[in-house]
Amino acid sequence: MRREGRGQKLGVVVNPVAGLGGAVGLKGTDGPETLARAVALGAVPAAGLRCALALRALLPLADRIEVLVPPGAMGEEAALAAGLRPRILAGLPPPVGDGTDTRRAAARLLAEQVDLLLFAGGDGTARDVVAVLGTGVPILGVPTGVKMHSAVFGTSPRAAGQTAARLLGGEPGIRLREAEVMDLDEAALRQGRVGASLYGIARVPHARGLVQACKAGARPDDEAALDALARVIARDWPADRLMILGCGTTTRRIKRAMGFEGTLLGVDVALGGRLIAADANEAQLLRLLERAGAGGAGIVASVTGGQGFLFGRGNQQISAEVIRRVGRDDIMVVTGAAKLATLDPALLHVDTGDAGVDAMLAGYMKIHTAPGQRMVMRVGAAA
Amino acid sequence: MTEPRAYRQASWNEPVAMELGAPGRRGLTFAAPEAEVAAIGAAEDLLPPAMRRRSRPALPEMTEHDTLRHYVRLSQQVLGMVGISLFGTCTMKYNPRVSEALGLRPQTAELHPLQHPSTLQGLLEIVWNFERILKALSGMDRFTFQAAGGADAAYAHVCVTRGWLEATGQLGVRDEIVTSIQAHPCNPATAAAGGFKVVTLPLEEGGYPSVEALKAALGPRTAALMINNPDDMGIYNPHMKEWVRLVKEAGALAFYDHANFNGVMGKIRARDLGFDACMFMLHKTFGGPKGGGGPAVGAYGCTEELSRFLPKPMVNKTASGFTLDIPENSVGKVREFMGNLHIVMRAYAWARGMGAEGINEASDISVLANNYMEKGLLAIRGVTKSHPDIDGPRMEMTRYSLGTLKEETGIGVGEVANRMTDYGVDAPWLAHEPWHFPEPFTPEAGELWSKEDIDTWVAVVRKVCEEAYANPEIVKSAPHNAAIAKVQAEGCEDPARWATTWRAYLRKHRGGARQQAAE
Repeated sequence: MRREGRGQKLGVVVNPVAGLGGAVGLKGTDGPETLARAVALGAVPAAGLRCALALRALLPLADRIEVLVPPGAMGEEAALAAGLRPRILAGLPPPVGDGTDTRRAAARLLAEQVDLLLFAGGDGTARDVVAVLGTGVPILGVPTGVKMHSAVFGTSPRAAGQTAARLLGGEPGIRLREAEVMDLDEAALRQGRVGASLYGIARVPHARGLVQACKAGARPDDEAALDALARVIARDWPADRLMILGCGTTTRRIKRAMGFEGTLLGVDVALGGRLIAADANEAQLLRLLERAGAGGAGIVASVTGGQGFLFGRGNQQISAEVIRRVGRDDIMVVTGAAKLATLDPALLHVDTGDAGVDAMLAGYMKIHTAPGQRMVMRVGAAA
Repeated sequence: MTEPRAYRQASWNEPVAMELGAPGRRGLTFAAPEAEVAAIGAAEDLLPPAMRRRSRPALPEMTEHDTLRHYVRLSQQVLGMVGISLFGTCTMKYNPRVSEALGLRPQTAELHPLQHPSTLQGLLEIVWNFERILKALSGMDRFTFQAAGGADAAYAHVCVTRGWLEATGQLGVRDEIVTSIQAHPCNPATAAAGGFKVVTLPLEEGGYPSVEALKAALGPRTAALMINNPDDMGIYNPHMKEWVRLVKEAGALAFYDHANFNGVMGKIRARDLGFDACMFMLHKTFGGPKGGGGPAVGAYGCTEELSRFLPKPMVNKTASGFTLDIPENSVGKVREFMGNLHIVMRAYAWARGMGAEGINEASDISVLANNYMEKGLLAIRGVTKSHPDIDGPRMEMTRYSLGTLKEETGIGVGEVANRMTDYGVDAPWLAHEPWHFPEPFTPEAGELWSKEDIDTWVAVVRKVCEEAYANPEIVKSAPHNAAIAKVQAEGCEDPARWATTWRAYLRKHRGGARQQAAE
């Protein structure tokens, strides 16, 4: 991944208004009116400061890397505050105060062929960044936003900065993994309803848990375990049994093991190892369940995003009614052991919109992590 | 306040043995064979032609004193495992030299495992007597010492579980083994190696898995529970009796991994809690030497009901002496012969030296020492402990975290361990997976180390953490006072570079021509 002959390039984008809404009790900062209300309520912009905190971890590399930033509050100020000497992207139009700014800056950084884009913001910012970059350029979030359901953020600004430094410094313990970018519908959230969607997949650097590279090398990571598990599930699933597959990269492994690509961001249905409904909605799922034969039906789902949600975030097509008809015993949850280990507290959330179904799902569930390996996890209704 | 000792390691530019010596040099020359021997002809002519070497072995040709000097120099460049070694996730004990000397006597060292038992009576008596000691400490009915370590003993339990399932017609019906996320990884690993599926319990608010999680895991497919208590968070799960009751009620076996026996020696007995089987590590708790993957013993004990499945042979006492017998439904062997009995001999010497009261007192001291050490460690900026909200003293060890230090300075437990050797203490062994608490380390003070030793060790940790805040580079680039600086570990993952033999080294690092010359 390291390119010879030149230093590594780091792109930085700060969403200056990210996080403003949360501090004053709004559920996000999407849209100019909300922003105005947040400022009126006394919110102080913190995204730049948090980004500077992250960038400070890159100081030891200052002579070896090039840091590219948009002017002013969108990056320049944070980089200077951290003590870096950034190159300012020239010719960007003046900021308009919404996601357009992030997307324009990301497009310029893509053209500059940066090796990593470090952004400071929340789920909305992640969504804008990934809309432009896709999985082409690795990204990493400095957590500053209100909503952080995406699995693309460092655990703290410093941790994000350190991971970026280790990637750009060429340390062998750093790997790239695919992670979900999710976002809630803020307008609905402020009205008391929760709606979240999976907006894309990004490539994100993460530090392998162990310091000793050679020791870690002997340990199969989540990816190998999940691929092996996907092959076992594809092989052992009865041919006459309907398989409802949730969205995300984990279930995609099972789809690939059965021989089709399916819908990464949607819910697919398979029968006899073949895709029979792609990107199905609730109504389609209910119809298919009605027609299911003697083999019955099962749901194969994964924990989506960075906050341990099982149902109700990003996979609402698998609705309360769908879950009720399938039944708790016929839900198979597949998630990597390392991902489960990062959940703090060790709890999976459900929020199906139906208290009865949430209660049915609550309790302990055995989550499949590898062939022949399951982890007992507590499931609870989201607060 | 105690300060770290000043230390600087000897550093030689010592070549490897293969590069030393000169043609014709010998450590020992032999007299010419007598005429009768010479008449038989060259030794190699007695071998079948296909087994004869085509070329002479590529061995270094050295004098005895050159060889001795070489190894003395190498030994000067290590810490020797006799410094202050709180190691981590491991009980380190000093076994008196007299016990070592016993193990080296020709009466032990020159025995052959295939000798007739009638010529092994002294050794078998020691095995029998030591088994009685472990029976008293655990309440179990029989022990085998065949397993060559804790993981091997866990494997012995998996084998016994299979034997028991087969004998009771449940093999294939009960195919799941339940363990916890913080149990030593050898438990899920050996369960999987024995063909079982693994169900893992998470740690919950109390610092251990809840009874409800266990209930959710148990069922008609459960074959066994494999659990340690405390695990290396150092929190004793007080519901263990209820756990075992639930496991038995589900029709499964309960196995107590007693790797962390030190804190409860003489206080609790696995059998009294209802367990069917347990395991002790003689190379840790019972003072056997350890380190470097050397010989070890996992003593596996079980109830009378399970003893017919034990590995063969077992030592029995009869009117006419000690015999070696095969249990009725023996699972076979988990290791060659009878295991590392020279370690059993050292452990026996240790246990007899300590006595029942001494062993009981040692567990008190080890818990006291750990909690004394905890006060010192938690006073250091950057150090926290697992489950910080749980009050009350920990058992004989505590899992600490350098997560805060890492967060604030970029220095993690690996760098700290490297730097600690600059002050002449052994680098702590890395805490075993999973790393739920970031950058963990798990020192164990045990009953051996003096207050001064613990103070010195804590002072080294304090010094290195202070350096991490003041001058992280000095920690990051450590060790500085050791003969060998930082090892670049990436080569260990690269088949094109790793070399476990001299021949492979020549091939991969010096080109094939030299290798052919060497061959």
